[in-house]
Amino acid sequence: MSSSKSLIKKVTGFRLFLPLACLFLVLIINVIKTPTFFNITIQNGVLYGYIIDVINRGSELVIFAVGMTLVVAASGGTDISVGAVSALAGAVCCFVLSGGEQSTDFYHAPYILGVVAAILIGAICGAWNGFLVAKLKIQPMVATLILFTAGRGIAQLLTDGQMIYLRVDHFKMLGASIPGVPLPTPVFVAIIVVILTYFLLKKTALGLYIETVGCNSKAARLVGLNSTAIKFLTYTFCGFCSGIAGLIITSRVYSIDANNAGLNLELDAILAVALGGNSLGGGKFSLLGSVIGAYTIQALTTTLYAMSISADQIPVYKAIVVVIIVTLQSPEFTKMRTALAAKIASGKTAKEAA
Amino acid sequence: MDNNAVLTMRHISKNFPGVVALSDVDFTLRAGEIHALMGENGAGKSTLIKVLTGVEEFETGTIRMAGMDHDLINKSPQMAQGNGISTVYQEVNLCPNLSVAENLFLGREPKRAGIIDWKTMNKKSREILGNLNIDIDVTRSLEHYSLALQQMFAIARAVDLSARVLILDEPTSSLDEHEVEKLFSLMKKLKGDGVGIIFVTHFLEQVYKVCDKITVLRNGCLVGEYEVENLPRVQLVAKMMGKDFDDVSAIKKEKKIIEEDANIKIIEAKALAHEGSIKPFDLVLKKGEVIGLSGLLGSGRSELARAIYGADKPDEGELFVKGQKIVVSAPIDAMKSGMSYLPENRKEEGIIAELSVRENIIIALQAKKGMFKLLGKKEQEEFADKYIELLQIKTASRETPIKQLSGGNQQKVILGRWLLTNPEFLILDEPTRGIDIGTKTEIQKLVLKLAGEGMSVMFISSEIEEMIRTCSRMIVMRDGRKVGELEEHELSQMSIMKAIAGGSENE
Ligand SMILES: Nc1ncnc2c1ncn2[C@@H]1O[C@H](COP(=O)(O)OP(=O)(O)OP(=O)(O)O)[C@@H](O)[C@H]1O
Ligand SMILES: [Mg+2]
Repeated sequence: MSSSKSLIKKVTGFRLFLPLACLFLVLIINVIKTPTFFNITIQNGVLYGYIIDVINRGSELVIFAVGMTLVVAASGGTDISVGAVSALAGAVCCFVLSGGEQSTDFYHAPYILGVVAAILIGAICGAWNGFLVAKLKIQPMVATLILFTAGRGIAQLLTDGQMIYLRVDHFKMLGASIPGVPLPTPVFVAIIVVILTYFLLKKTALGLYIETVGCNSKAARLVGLNSTAIKFLTYTFCGFCSGIAGLIITSRVYSIDANNAGLNLELDAILAVALGGNSLGGGKFSLLGSVIGAYTIQALTTTLYAMSISADQIPVYKAIVVVIIVTLQSPEFTKMRTALAAKIASGKTAKEAA
Repeated sequence: MDNNAVLTMRHISKNFPGVVALSDVDFTLRAGEIHALMGENGAGKSTLIKVLTGVEEFETGTIRMAGMDHDLINKSPQMAQGNGISTVYQEVNLCPNLSVAENLFLGREPKRAGIIDWKTMNKKSREILGNLNIDIDVTRSLEHYSLALQQMFAIARAVDLSARVLILDEPTSSLDEHEVEKLFSLMKKLKGDGVGIIFVTHFLEQVYKVCDKITVLRNGCLVGEYEVENLPRVQLVAKMMGKDFDDVSAIKKEKKIIEEDANIKIIEAKALAHEGSIKPFDLVLKKGEVIGLSGLLGSGRSELARAIYGADKPDEGELFVKGQKIVVSAPIDAMKSGMSYLPENRKEEGIIAELSVRENIIIALQAKKGMFKLLGKKEQEEFADKYIELLQIKTASRETPIKQLSGGNQQKVILGRWLLTNPEFLILDEPTRGIDIGTKTEIQKLVLKLAGEGMSVMFISSEIEEMIRTCSRMIVMRDGRKVGELEEHELSQMSIMKAIAGGSENE
């Protein structure tokens, strides 16, 4: 009995228990609403199905969430410019590859140049945010508000306020799939970003440094850490992630619409971090939690679409579900839950003793 | 006999995951008595107080307060305050970025027409602090003042709330003798007014000075309640530790500084200064030396240490380490040249609350090694275990978040962190703050042992006795200036007090 009790304790005490439980909850709702949810079919050697769609569509969000997690952990603030930065990165990529033309069906510059330019501009934007937050000590929300509003404007300037179309099959591969590969490309990109980040955090001391700085930056300084540099690094990295996400977003529609690319994704990214059980106050974090959070949100979005709820109503439903999930994870609720568990456990013991 | 009791706690139990913090504890407080709550680090003193004041919930037991016809369960410190229990918690929990006056009146601001009446608030604040002989600018934000002053503010705030029960959890841990005296006369006055006072401390002499009763806890269990006069010091220590221990047995200083070591200047400061806190300052520290810094509050003793370590960057002057000039623009530079610094303010500058005991121990060494040389998991665990064992840190496991440890045990973790970096020059600012008497002696011994092995130590403590035991030389400071230097043979309580007071010109 005691072993089963300790097992329950172990499982519920596991950090990712709640995020995972939430994900399952959403998935179960999905299955009830759409019995075919887990069905996967193969067409032209490519996998299709709701679940594939969730994993595919969730890729950008996962990448955003990875960057956001580090920013939140190190600075206790959020980067609200990620959506706008991804649009800017996408615009830069299209601009470079189209040679400034509005519509083209061949590359005007090597593909790799477009990719590098996009990621670079993302990282530069991140570094700018990092400079404002870490060096000038501006509130993260305020500091990143600048690019949140200006980012799309700069992109507009670059594209002359027009959409740029890149009707090149090769360009679509990043957002769709590579011939002969059964899974969409974004899935791989997301996985690679997650794995590389994970190793960067775990195989170097960076993860520990970020947590230390986020938890107590005065103490961090005295133990020899450069809080400014570490915060700066996380913002730059977040911008880098936005750049990658921007590439996927543009590739999906083989064009850039600076007004709408990555719109509102910053909110989803912040939510993903929170749903992952991470404190928005900074400090200890779980990258995996955020990834789970991102897929949860995507699953939710997909469900709502599947229930044919119109796009402009979706935020309302999302908000409701998010409120429920966040309440479930709140400290007050956790207290109640553990108290309840203790009561049940002691009740059991008493019964067994009798 | 207990007709006089204002507060009775019976059969109180409280568990934390993996820890029995309190088990069937009884405690009685009578009106007009000062009651010491004693025990080793992690014995459950703070937990008993938190349970009483609603910071933590307790599992079983009853609490009764005189004049109340039902059991008392406080759901929050505010509620406890409403019920006449006023508390100064172990860790100062005021708001650093609010003004002193705001902190004193937080939650009970004087208002006029619904708006905060700043004038009255500032005036009253000055009055309250005036009663404690503290004369400072109450409109400046709290963070400008030293930990000791912050502790005094917290006390002033608690005392001002007219209460029947006053709880002081290690209020004197960073106070000087001088402030302690002020506090004691205040406590005696309140006692005369019939207030019951619970007093937690690790300074035994303070217990014998002001207390009437002693309740001893050990490992979460009640050992007993005693009249002060019936429990001599040696017995009290034995009751706390559960074994005989002679705390006053003087530690022998092995002052055999090796001849050639004595010529190696580990640290040499020339005209080092920090605006507003320390005037240009010269200092030479030899290998294997333990040097003490003493002085009244605000004399600049902590500030000097901070300037050397680069915690507050010095504005002027030069610093030499082993004859080499170094420029310290951040603590990491000082660390790289072999320094370590244990700060005074554990909560603000020491612990990394969310992280585990292991991570808290290895973080400084890891920072020194650099980001790309991650210490292996095995290695980290060995280091953590080593210091948990060496410093007798009481923790459920090495992966327990440090915030769950008792105050004294947190302090030991931070000390372990700096010892692990194996410095050539170790700066200790109040290293034994909140540490129990048994371990305190162990730490003093350890400092002497390390010095014997060639480590140079700078020791700052508000407890003169402790400095006499460990230091081979002492620098006395006043107003950011060196006003005296005492060699080992001159060190005595009297001589130091005299040097600090400086011929009574300030007093
Ligand atoms: N929030 C918490 N979670 C888990 N364990 C805790 C928590 N708070 C205290 N403990 C444990 O309860 C025990 C008693 O702690 P407490 O703080 O009451 O000790 P203390 O007697 O005040 O010691 P000190 O003299 O060091 O202040 C310790 O073993 C501590 O680790
Ligand atoms: Mg305590």
